[in-house]
Amino acid sequence: MGSLKIENVKKAFGPVEVLKGINLEVTDGEFVVFVGPSGCGKSTLLRVIAGLEDSTSGRVVIDGEDVSVTPPAKRGIAMVFQTYALYPHLTVKNNMGLGLKQASTPAAEIDRRIGIASSMLSLEPYLERRPAELSGGQRQRVAIGRAVVREPKLFLFDEPLSNLDAALRVNTRLEIAQLHRRLKATMIYVTHDQVEAMTLADKIVVLNAGRIEQIGGPMELYNSPANEFVAGFIGSPKMNFIDGARLGETAKTIGVRPEHLTVDTKSGAWKGTVVHAEHLGADTNLYLDCEKAGLITVRIFGVYNAEPGATLYATPEPGKTYRFGADGKVLK
Amino acid sequence: MSTATRSLPRTIGAHAILLTYTAIALFPVIIVIMNSFKSRAGIFGAPLTPPTPETFDLIGYTTVIGQGDFIHYFQNSLVVTVASLFFVLLFGAMAAFALSEYRFRGNTLMGLYLALGIMIPIRLGTVAILQLMVASGLVNTLTALVLVYTAQGLPLAVFILSEFMKQVSDDLKNAGRIDGLSEYTIFFRLVLPLVRPSMATVAVFTMIPIWNDLWFPLILAPSEETKTVTLGAQLFLGQFVTNWNAILAALSLAIMPVLILYVIFSRQLIRGITSGAVK
Repeated sequence: MGSLKIENVKKAFGPVEVLKGINLEVTDGEFVVFVGPSGCGKSTLLRVIAGLEDSTSGRVVIDGEDVSVTPPAKRGIAMVFQTYALYPHLTVKNNMGLGLKQASTPAAEIDRRIGIASSMLSLEPYLERRPAELSGGQRQRVAIGRAVVREPKLFLFDEPLSNLDAALRVNTRLEIAQLHRRLKATMIYVTHDQVEAMTLADKIVVLNAGRIEQIGGPMELYNSPANEFVAGFIGSPKMNFIDGARLGETAKTIGVRPEHLTVDTKSGAWKGTVVHAEHLGADTNLYLDCEKAGLITVRIFGVYNAEPGATLYATPEPGKTYRFGADGKVLK
Repeated sequence: MSTATRSLPRTIGAHAILLTYTAIALFPVIIVIMNSFKSRAGIFGAPLTPPTPETFDLIGYTTVIGQGDFIHYFQNSLVVTVASLFFVLLFGAMAAFALSEYRFRGNTLMGLYLALGIMIPIRLGTVAILQLMVASGLVNTLTALVLVYTAQGLPLAVFILSEFMKQVSDDLKNAGRIDGLSEYTIFFRLVLPLVRPSMATVAVFTMIPIWNDLWFPLILAPSEETKTVTLGAQLFLGQFVTNWNAILAALSLAIMPVLILYVIFSRQLIRGITSGAVK
């Protein structure tokens, strides 16, 4: 009850092609995250799935039914927006119940579902309040509740945590993960934050410039990125890319993650000078200007004392480097 | 006392300028109201002094209420103003919503076309309008005035409102669509309440010229039945003798309704003017 299939969906706004042929399959109960830099088309793709935007060509199939020309309200979806988008003139209870009321659901059933959703999201004390009287986190919970009461085949989240402060973001992220576990519903989640993508997803879809770069589980993308873009996008701090020719390699580019580099004061593969050190407590990020490799980032777990100007040697862990060809794809 | 943000000379300067402007703006209004309570000799003898026990006279008001059908004129003015205002706001907001919300071919051109009326005064078309009204048998009806004023007010309304409608969150409208609200419900229940301050701004800008207009009532509806207040006040303005008491009293009375409407809208108006800056 909640599979999704997207077949060769294209979307153009005038001459600007935003989606250049997207093919994707989502099975029932999966948590899929669309991730990519801003302007990559991830929000547009979500809007096409929701029916808020018509695709220029291609099909959207929900539960085996072609919904390409079905209005949003009839697609069996619910959506949570970045800006909450609560109805300012309605109470929390009516905000959650409006969609069901429009679909002429019996009042008793609406009340039952609101009861379940509000206890799930601990919104019971606020049911009679208006959105203006709630905090940001509470508003986003109401927006999630509004989606839950519809009991949709498909939950769509459009950057739901972007407007929350850092602490609330972690809490709400946890709540969404628990919600998914409890409802076992299919969820599609759009974000530009790779941490959200890694922590929530069963399957991550990395988009770039209107194309899918790679689809896979979080660890799959981390361990075996298909190309330079995915390798650079997943992981923080970003993977170091070093010109292959400078290292005497045949590959165009060599990639190595900051956490897969070790440093030593006496000897190592790349000699460099410390440009800057970021001390985060749990780990330390060092920026080294190396003679051979250029400016690279090294992530060391725990505290490491290094003054700018000091000389250090960085060495990549064996077997943890990636080789990319001229087309950006990984060389096997 | 000077602080970082305020200095005495500056405060005095700013207040002096504002008070001077207020005095200049209010002067004619006060003269009119003051003199409307004076006898004819009082008006001509000392036009700038307030009514004294000797010059105080309500003759102007008794003339206005006694002679001529002033209550009826008021009614006409009010009906025309309120009806025009209603249509201007309704159609203006609807057009603005369409222009700001839907992508269609010629959207920008259509917006420019609808705003063209701001630059071309409607009075240029008076002859054609009169011919049109004669042909459709609408001369000497309030309908004629309402139609003309609606046309007159729409360009500015569409222009201002479409700017404000663009600021209404897309997410909110999309949430409504997902919940199965019709486009009309989205417009009336979600969007209109959010642009209420700008509606009030448009209402004030539209209302005052309509209420004060003499041109179209004189040309399109000069009959006794359809006279508006401004036209009715001309009754006392003769070629040789002018009943100043009555004219001043009529004008003082004519200020009242528009003042009341203004007070109703003004709270919203201030929010409308500042909303872009502080929100």
